[in-house]
Formats: sequence, C-alpha cells, structure tokens
Amino acid sequence: MRVNAFPVIRYAVLILAAVLVAIPFVTTLLGGFKSLGELRVNPLGLPQVWELKNYASILGGPRLWQYLINSLVIAGLTVALTLVVSSMAAFAFAQIKFFGSGWLLNYLLLGLLFPVATGILPLFIKLRDLGLLDTYWGVVLPQVAFGLGFAILLMRQAFLALPGELWESAQVDGCSYLRFFLQVTLPLSLPILSTVGVITLINSWNNYLLPLVVINSDANYPWPLGIMQYRGEYGTEWSLILAFVTLTIVPAVLLYVFAQKYIIAGLTGGAVKG
Amino acid sequence: MAMAIAEKIGALYTRANKPLRLSRGTTTALIFILPALLLFTTLVILPMAEAASFSFYEWGGYGDVGQFVGLKNYQRMFSHPVFSRALFNNFLIIVVSILVALPLAFLLAVLVADKFKGVSFFRAIFFIPYILADVAAGLIWRFLYDGQYGVVQFVAGLFGFTAPYLLADRDLAMYAVLAVVVWKYFGLHMIIYIAGLQSIPREVLEAARIDGASWWDTLIRVIVPMMGPTIRLTVFFSIIGSLQFFDLIMPLTGGGPQNSTQTLVSYLYNFGIVRLNIGFGSAVGVFLFLVCVVFAFSYRRLLMAKD
Repeated sequence: MRVNAFPVIRYAVLILAAVLVAIPFVTTLLGGFKSLGELRVNPLGLPQVWELKNYASILGGPRLWQYLINSLVIAGLTVALTLVVSSMAAFAFAQIKFFGSGWLLNYLLLGLLFPVATGILPLFIKLRDLGLLDTYWGVVLPQVAFGLGFAILLMRQAFLALPGELWESAQVDGCSYLRFFLQVTLPLSLPILSTVGVITLINSWNNYLLPLVVINSDANYPWPLGIMQYRGEYGTEWSLILAFVTLTIVPAVLLYVFAQKYIIAGLTGGAVKG
Repeated sequence: MAMAIAEKIGALYTRANKPLRLSRGTTTALIFILPALLLFTTLVILPMAEAASFSFYEWGGYGDVGQFVGLKNYQRMFSHPVFSRALFNNFLIIVVSILVALPLAFLLAVLVADKFKGVSFFRAIFFIPYILADVAAGLIWRFLYDGQYGVVQFVAGLFGFTAPYLLADRDLAMYAVLAVVVWKYFGLHMIIYIAGLQSIPREVLEAARIDGASWWDTLIRVIVPMMGPTIRLTVFFSIIGSLQFFDLIMPLTGGGPQNSTQTLVSYLYNFGIVRLNIGFGSAVGVFLFLVCVVFAFSYRRLLMAKD
C-alpha cells in the first residue's frame, strides 16, 4: 500500500514546504498594501483596508524607475560585451588548433576559482586611475572580466559539439575563420548564447558588491544600491519599504517565467556531465 | 595593435628555429582571444597580483603607495578577534549549507523530479528565492525578524510570549542569518539534483522496484550512491559560495551587532574598503584568495578526480 500512499504524502510534504518558502514573499507583497499601523498588528493576514498609496507613490515617483534604468543599462552592456568577447574566445579554443591553446584556456578559467572580493581594493584603485569610478563602465567591465571564465567554458563545450564536417566543407569552399564564426558557429549556437546571456543578466542585475564600491552617486545607483539607500532613508516605514522590495522583485519573477529553460540549463550545464 | 602583438608572438616562434609550423590559425586565434585576454588580465589577474603586493604596505589609497610594513597587516588580521569571528561564521555557513540546505534540497528534488500535476508550480516556488537578489531577500527577512513589526514577533505573540529581536541580539543574530541562508540557496541545489536524478536510467529504478525494495531503500541504496558526483559538486558550490558570502549580510545586519555576524568578505568591506585601508584590506583579500584556491584544487584532486 506504500505505493498508493506516496502521492498523498508527497503532496502533503510539498504543500507544507511551499507554504513555508512562500510566506516571506506573500507577507512582503501584502505588507505593501497595509498601513503602518495595520502592519504592526497584522503582518501575516490579508489587509483589512487595501492601501494603494505605498505602491502608487513609488510607481509615480522617479526613483524606482531611475534605479531600474541604471540596472538595465549596466546589465545590457554587460550581457552584450560578455557574449561578443567570450564567443570569440570560445570559438578560437574550440575550433582553431594553435600553439598554447590549452595554457591560455586554463589561464582564462583561473577566474572561476576566486571571487571579485579578493582583489577589490586594487581594482578600485585601478578604476579610479582610469577615471571609471561612478560610471556604468566601471561596473560593466569588471563584471565582464569576471564572467568570462564561466561564459567561455559553457560556450566552448557547445562549440565542440558542433559537427566537424561543417568546418571541413567550409574550408573546401575557401571560407575564412571569421566568416565561419559569423555565419556558421554563431547561428547554430543560439541556445548556448541565450543561456550565457540570461545567467549573465541575472548576475549583473543582482550584483551588489561591485557597484557598492564603484558607484557613489544616487543618480547612478543600480537598484540593489538604490533599495538599500531607500531603506536607510525611510528607516522603519516598513509598508513603504516592502512595496519597494515587491516592485523590484517583479522583474526577477518575470525573467524566471520567460527564461526558465535557459536559467536551468545554465545552472546545471556541465554540472551533471561532471 | 592586435595584429602587431600576434605577429610578434609569431615571430618569436620562428626565431626559435624549431620546426614549428605556424598556420594562419595561430594569428587568427590570438586575435579572437585578445579582447578576453586583455580584459581578464587587467581587471582580474593584475588586481589580484597588486593585492598581494599592497598587502605589505600601509596605504590610505591616495598619492604614492605608502610605507612598507612587511607582514604587519597579516599579523594584525590574525590577531584581530573580529577576524576569527568572521572566519568562524563562514565555517558555520558551510556547515549549515551542507548539513541542512543540501539534504533538504535533495529530499525536495526527489519529490519533484518526475512529472505530476502541479510539479512546475512547486519547482518555481522552491527556486524563486535563489534567483531573487540577495539584497531584496535580506530586506524581506529583516522585516520578518523585526522586533516591532515582524512576523516572528507576531507568531511568538500568538503563543503568548515575546520573541527577542533576533538581529539585534549578539548571541542569536548569526543563527537568524543562517536560517535565511538555507531559505535562499537550497533552490539552486535542488535544481542541480533534479537534473542529476533525471539522468538516472529508468531501468535501474525499475529493477529495484521489481526486487521489492521499499521507497526508502531505493533512495538510500540506489539513488544516493548514483548521485555521488552531483552531490560532490553541490558540496563544492556550497563551500565556494559560503566563502564569498556578503550580499545577504549587509541588508540583514551589516556585520553587527558588535561584529557578531561578520563574514570574511563583510570584514574585508568594513575594515578594508570603508576605511580605505588598502594594505589591510588587500591582506584579507589575499587570505580569501588562498583559501579559495587551495580549497578548489585540493577538493578537485581529492574528491572529484573520478567524476
């Protein structure tokens, strides 16, 4: 009878776990609809009076939008540059035989071993000397540099899986490496480009430490810095802060809904093959 | 310029008088790799190398690199109680990740690995904390733990007692942080386990069933051993992730109260970056680098060699 009991037990365990995991989200979403007074006595339940002014004041003001635009520009530049630079490198490693290939690849993969934090102070000095402090590029370029190892690793794996006959027949036709890369490799690799793009986007969108060190004016803050600033200013006006948090979560949830396949491929890629 | 460098490297090889055939491929390959190489070297490798050299100086970041102080920064770091506390907290995060988050992730993965009604809903709920930014997650939990408004306080009130304000309590704050760590990261491991479980051949499970193995026996004797490589990989990710733990700390506690929730990176931030103590912060960075690299190499050599 164990077999028949399993579905019931499974649903029971999953529903319990889902409720526990979801409580923080639900209270945050609902908290934004409560007045401060109600929040204090009723943090968990549905609002007695649905207050729209928290959400309305944030959506109506310029700050949230400014932060989101900053994040979007930084993430957009990071994704574009990462895709260009790493697909070129991955192409060379996967499809061109050359002296020192293994060494150079291992060198670029070193970045996978340690976090940005280790060299952040010298990086800060370098960005200052280059005049990149408090600019989008000051965040974008280091993000690209640190993301290269992961991007090259995944792309090279995918490029290696392309059939070798493609290149052989292209060579017979006198096709150059550059043309082959642009007209054969890239068009055949859209899934891996999307996967790397989506993961790079999430990393950039959520990044906190690097912008914290590089960016220092409110007008240039990406949203994780903005939201901390907001929380600093509004102290314990939790209903306002919860509304703000909810609005910044929306893009992440939408991204998951639409790009789920690529997110999961990126996180498990190579993980299972070992 | 790319061309010039590539040709120069090419020339070096021809001059070496070896019968090395330099195909057109080498030049092209180097041109393709050059942008990656330049970015990576200037923004990842050089800063790390400079951190190693700055760590022997006392420098406020302006003007010439300050005074050479030898190993003094390292001595100060190792004798600083807050540093030991941070190191211990990183250790706690690793232990909780491995002993709580991973088994939980594994159990849930087993429950949602195959297709049934509602499976994508459950997967989504369990996974969303992971793609959420740490800063947002931190603020949400700061609210849940809040002494006046928080849900923890409210629930305690229903049972008729007053909960302490966890994040303001030096002895309890770190445990409150650890709970958030589990909530935030188990989803990543669950997703990796699901992928691993789905690659177990059906015949194996079928065979176990025909042999009359119970659900639990199948799990412990068949599934877990077959998932060995995947489990070792998630342990690896947990440890590397725990070592660089920072983003959640800032919105939750900022490292306080009284430095009881510092981690290596928040320590580096609060004592190196905020005070623009370039030498001292670099020493902490170098220590973190060594821990990460030594761990990564030895773990791969010892435990993942066969995977």
